[in-house]
Amino acid sequence: MEEIKTGVYICHCGLNIAGTVNVEEVARYAGTLPNVVVARDYRYMCSDPGQALIKDDIKNLGLNRVVVASCSPRMHEPTFRRACQDAGLNPYLFEHANIREHCSWVHDDRQIATEKAKDLVRAAVRRVFYNEPLEIKERPLNPNVLVVGGGIAGIQAALDIANGEHRVYLVEKEPAIGGHMAQLDRTFPTLDCSECILTPKMTEVGQHPFITLLAYSEVEEVAGSVGNFKVRVKKKARYVDEEKCTGCGVCEEKCPWKVDSEYEVGMGKRGVVYVPFAQAIPHVATIDKERCVYFLKGKCRACEKFCDAKAIDFEQKDEIVELEVGSIILTTGYDVFDSRRIPQYGYGRYDNVLTGLEFERMTCAAGPTGGKVLLKDGRQPESVAIIHCVGSRDENYHEYCSRVCCMYALKYAHLIKENTQAEVYQMYIDMRCFGEGFEEFYRRVCDEGVNFIRGKVAKVTDVALTEGEQGKLAVIAEDTLLGGIIRVPVDMVILCPALEARFGAEDVAKLFTINRRADGFFMERHVKLDPVATATEGVYIAGCCEGPKDIPDTVAQASAAAAKALSVISRGRVVIEPTTAQVNEVLCQACGRCEEICDFHAPKVISKDGLRVSSVDAALCKGCGACAVVCPTGAMSVRHSTREQINGMVEALLEV
Amino acid sequence: MAEFEPKIIAFCCNWCTYAAADIAGTSRIHYPANVRIVRVMCSGMVDPIYILKAFEMGADGVLIAGCHEADCHYLNGPLKCDAMFEKIKRVVNILGLEGERLRREMIAAAEAPVFAELIEEMVKQLKKLGPSPLREGVKV
Repeated sequence: MEEIKTGVYICHCGLNIAGTVNVEEVARYAGTLPNVVVARDYRYMCSDPGQALIKDDIKNLGLNRVVVASCSPRMHEPTFRRACQDAGLNPYLFEHANIREHCSWVHDDRQIATEKAKDLVRAAVRRVFYNEPLEIKERPLNPNVLVVGGGIAGIQAALDIANGEHRVYLVEKEPAIGGHMAQLDRTFPTLDCSECILTPKMTEVGQHPFITLLAYSEVEEVAGSVGNFKVRVKKKARYVDEEKCTGCGVCEEKCPWKVDSEYEVGMGKRGVVYVPFAQAIPHVATIDKERCVYFLKGKCRACEKFCDAKAIDFEQKDEIVELEVGSIILTTGYDVFDSRRIPQYGYGRYDNVLTGLEFERMTCAAGPTGGKVLLKDGRQPESVAIIHCVGSRDENYHEYCSRVCCMYALKYAHLIKENTQAEVYQMYIDMRCFGEGFEEFYRRVCDEGVNFIRGKVAKVTDVALTEGEQGKLAVIAEDTLLGGIIRVPVDMVILCPALEARFGAEDVAKLFTINRRADGFFMERHVKLDPVATATEGVYIAGCCEGPKDIPDTVAQASAAAAKALSVISRGRVVIEPTTAQVNEVLCQACGRCEEICDFHAPKVISKDGLRVSSVDAALCKGCGACAVVCPTGAMSVRHSTREQINGMVEALLEV
Repeated sequence: MAEFEPKIIAFCCNWCTYAAADIAGTSRIHYPANVRIVRVMCSGMVDPIYILKAFEMGADGVLIAGCHEADCHYLNGPLKCDAMFEKIKRVVNILGLEGERLRREMIAAAEAPVFAELIEEMVKQLKKLGPSPLREGVKV
């Protein structure tokens, strides 16, 4: 066996490490460890001169193992592996000790932190002794991209990629794309109409030669890894032939059954067979099977009789579509907080307490009131209160700020002023107007004579205490600027509910093996430096599934995710992680336990030269190591996580 | 005599608990220095041999921490870890070690404060228990 020559490098990270850990002492100590031929400390190991130290030592001293003790390997392991590789050393002969995140930043006693750093370095030196060079292979990739969710984020990402002439499969679970943005009236702070800017993009998606739109579909299964995902999509039966349907709307007109329209958030009706909204893409009808009288009672079929195109097909079945893609972008959006959860605000009990989305539909010219701001009895309101932070910035519900409410609340005030003579009261905690043109819009609305009352609303009630409150809703709040409880009598109350993680986000996260934050939204790989990547290579996130954000931020993030996917495509091949399971055929008894435990079908017992042994398909193996744990003979192990490596660390950590 | 300082070996899954410990660092959430983290790719990768090795070498406590079930990077790693843990717990009992010395926890990447609190709690508990009876020089 060749002589092991290890170089150890202790990083000061400025004062981040050196401020707490005596780095010189750790380096001196490292120099005394077995197989260590050089140990140095340096201000910033990740800098070019820091990396040059390693490269020079590999060349001049013939190092065949390298240990860097610095930040988390999740940060700079790739950096130092590359440095080793540049100097001709296999990158898997590098080992990282985390003496910043796991030591200097969480302890303050210099002596204790220094001792812990020594332990961590000793463990890394022991582990690297057992490291083996691994061969990095590359394989071709599939350039197709799957985008899940057809709101503005998914639309933008799909168009960016398709315009680069790569195939995009856009999966949307609803009958039409457009998402929440399609329901909005005007968009802050420029007040351009949401439909006017969204519909051209929707149409482009519908007609794009490189976009395959799978609306009314859901992803059921995902297998494989970056470059080569296999995805199973269920295309739900619409009971309407998409090819034949012209979207003329006669079926909906003739359908004798009307139900609440989701698009109009219950403020309007739709047929049981319906096109969700006028500009829907794809512009085809869907039969709501749950509520269709024919499906429930076996009689009706009115739509079928009146359809000239013969598009109605009650026999239609769900269809399974198998897709092969190289990367995946999740743009699954958000849910609106259910305002009934705060009963003291009266939503659902008082007719004239609305949610923001309901008000959006009300002010929309094509909406249920034809764009008029009206009370339930048809009168125009004389006074309106807008309650901010309903379920946001509230430790009982969501601690976070939903980031869009201040601005759309200002927009509502402006639209009310534009359409009515009403007094408007903004009941806010803090005004947060941070984006481009936001502060200017805030000033504009202030100048329009809107009243701003700083304080959290306690209650909305119809119990009048004074004559002025008769027939009105009294909004009770603490005015924190005046320092007292106030009651504001108004005709209409608009709630600004929180944006929250989608119902079912947990299942989506599991399906695509990504993580969620404590608030339920999908978690980015690095909050600042890798905001659209996830823990799974090749799966990206954009828009409100990652957290509440406005349209400009959503579009920017969607383009960022598209750029990530395009960069994978343009590289043309993916690296196969060599950290997969391997079988020692001499030890293997072909018991098949590895085969049983593996969720990826990687190990299989096969006949080889007349002997039964287990064999691992590296393309399927994810390197989770479950097979090695159940292997009774120790034949199975995972490269780069071998028993020698891990036991070696445990021994080294405890032997002093 | 100096206060007894327990030694804890924590096997932390790369994707969740190791990341939580990283975020504890980034957020400067302090916790006792008694823990030494060994990074594993998945809690389902932790071999009973590692746990026995740690106790044999004199660890006062061992922690196996990884993703919650729904967060697993490898689908079902936590379930596999749980199955292993049920078995090794019995072995550890037979060895005469108190059950509290071996912990199995699920800590998501976002739960840095939970990680710090857990270490704090374990250290407190182990200080009460005293050194592991398997430590060299300790009379059983």
